[in-house]
Amino acid sequence: MNRRVYINGAVWLLLVTAALWLPLIGGYMALASRVLLYALAAMGLNLLLGFTGCMSFGEAAYFGLGGYGTGLYLTYIGHSMVVSVIAGTLLGGVAAFIFGPLVMRRRGIYFAMITVAIGQIFYFIAERWNSLTGGEDGLSGFSRQPLHFGFVTVPLDATAFYYFVLFFFAIGTGIIAVLLHSPLGHTFVAIRENRRRAQFLGIHVERYVWASFAIAGFIASLAGALNALQNNFISPINLYWVESGNLVIMAVLGGMRSFWGPLVGAIIFVGIQDYVSSYFPNNWETFIGGLFIVAVLFFPNGILGLARRRGRRAAAVPQPSESGEPQVREAT
Amino acid sequence: MQLLLFDGFNGLIQGTFYALMALGLSLIITLNSVINFAHGGFMVVGAYLAFTLEPYIGFWAALVVGPVLAGVIGILVERTLVRYMYGRPDPIYSLLMTFGFALIIEDTVRTIWGAQGVPFRIPTALGSPVSTTYFFLTGYRLFVIAAIALAAIALFAFLRMSRFGIRIRAGILDLETVSSLGVNVYLLRTVNFAIGTLLAGFAGVLAAGILQLAPTMGDDVIMATFVAVVVGGIGSLFGSVLGGLLIGLAAGVTTAYYPAASDVVIYIIMAVVLIVRPRGLLGQEGLFE
Repeated sequence: MNRRVYINGAVWLLLVTAALWLPLIGGYMALASRVLLYALAAMGLNLLLGFTGCMSFGEAAYFGLGGYGTGLYLTYIGHSMVVSVIAGTLLGGVAAFIFGPLVMRRRGIYFAMITVAIGQIFYFIAERWNSLTGGEDGLSGFSRQPLHFGFVTVPLDATAFYYFVLFFFAIGTGIIAVLLHSPLGHTFVAIRENRRRAQFLGIHVERYVWASFAIAGFIASLAGALNALQNNFISPINLYWVESGNLVIMAVLGGMRSFWGPLVGAIIFVGIQDYVSSYFPNNWETFIGGLFIVAVLFFPNGILGLARRRGRRAAAVPQPSESGEPQVREAT
Repeated sequence: MQLLLFDGFNGLIQGTFYALMALGLSLIITLNSVINFAHGGFMVVGAYLAFTLEPYIGFWAALVVGPVLAGVIGILVERTLVRYMYGRPDPIYSLLMTFGFALIIEDTVRTIWGAQGVPFRIPTALGSPVSTTYFFLTGYRLFVIAAIALAAIALFAFLRMSRFGIRIRAGILDLETVSSLGVNVYLLRTVNFAIGTLLAGFAGVLAAGILQLAPTMGDDVIMATFVAVVVGGIGSLFGSVLGGLLIGLAAGVTTAYYPAASDVVIYIIMAVVLIVRPRGLLGQEGLFE
């Protein structure tokens, strides 16, 4: 229990003070914002993937829709930053809520395929509806506006925008954390562990999968809304299935079973993307692809999963096991 | 009417491509238990290898050698990477690994052959129009349909009549029993993976004659192939053919009436199929749930 408090404290301390230490190690604030918003989307996805055990491969649909909601609001309706984020979140989240009943009955590969199908439908709509979305070229006619607090106006430069993102990141992760400690979150985990048993216990599994899907969608679209503001641009690429794959790999790479796993995954993924693409502008995809393969081969439980197992084994060494049998290592 | 015939026929050709891709993918999904996202990549590799070899050995030899090389690469990938996925019950790992591999293939192709599309030369005998009575039709398109039909028939004959093919089909039903009967299932899976990638390469070379070659051409095809497999039903090879033809035709007919929706219609079909009949048109119930 104490350990968890320390870890959470350390994570938040590092995030809040990022503006102080990040430039020292060669990072920059726009990169940090990107890490945060991808981490938020991946953490939302992980609620579905890691905690409910549903293989979603279409999360980019809600990530992208959130971006389009924000972009369209700023282009056609108003200029308020906070309202634009809410508009994006609502667009993507409501879409996830509406499509939930279509996916909640499916399992395994079928769940993945139907989530992909829905994502691709949105992708092609965004690509073809030129007059509204700007088609293939994307929507670029909007930009970040200064924040008004009544008495003071804050222009959102890279550093201020990082804290703007951090604010929503805190809300999003706070919701996830509260959820995971609530009966609802425990039900999600029960479904992951044994769907049939959960059903026998009288749990309406499908309804909970729907809930998980909708919440993941809301959080992903919140992240997508921030992504649109980060780039002042949104294009159909954010809806494409490749983006869904990126979000999944962030969750897997960091550790699907850990709360902070997707954040670690996003740091590595976005970091590599940024670092490699500045040195090998044409071949960074190879590095990302290689990262996928290495992650699947050597860290199937993610980096945090690996760290946790190490820690557990080290702690278990002094006491001999009760039955005297050696601990069976998970086959890899 | 002429437009409908033209688009419908184009759709049929596209459908035969999807069917051929879906056949290979279906084999790999069922026997290797691998959700092969790199299937489109193997198609691209086969096509580009044929493109490179064509000036030296001619179209007909390239049509054979390109796919065979794709199959050889398939063997290498299966031996070095994919086989580590066999023990993992969760399909997400194989999916992610092949997804990563697809990225690497696309990047490598772009580095070697360039990001710009390149045209693939086909023999002039096949390039000339056969008929313009009802709609414009080149001999190459007829040849493509015939070649794919022949490949599909050959595959089904191989699976029904040869000892090895029967073992593959038995392995799809129950790999453990086949293994306990003394069949080398590792070899079986390797050969099966190679057949799948070879078919993908073959589809790639044929497609190259119609479309331009581009590093990204696998991206959309792989999704359509998955749609074909899911619509037809995972576990059924006939279903994959049917699914491929169906979505190809649907896309073609939609192009005639409402072009903007031609890309999206296959996903709508898949969503409807998954809701109404989750196992697909001819699929087995409960496989890969």
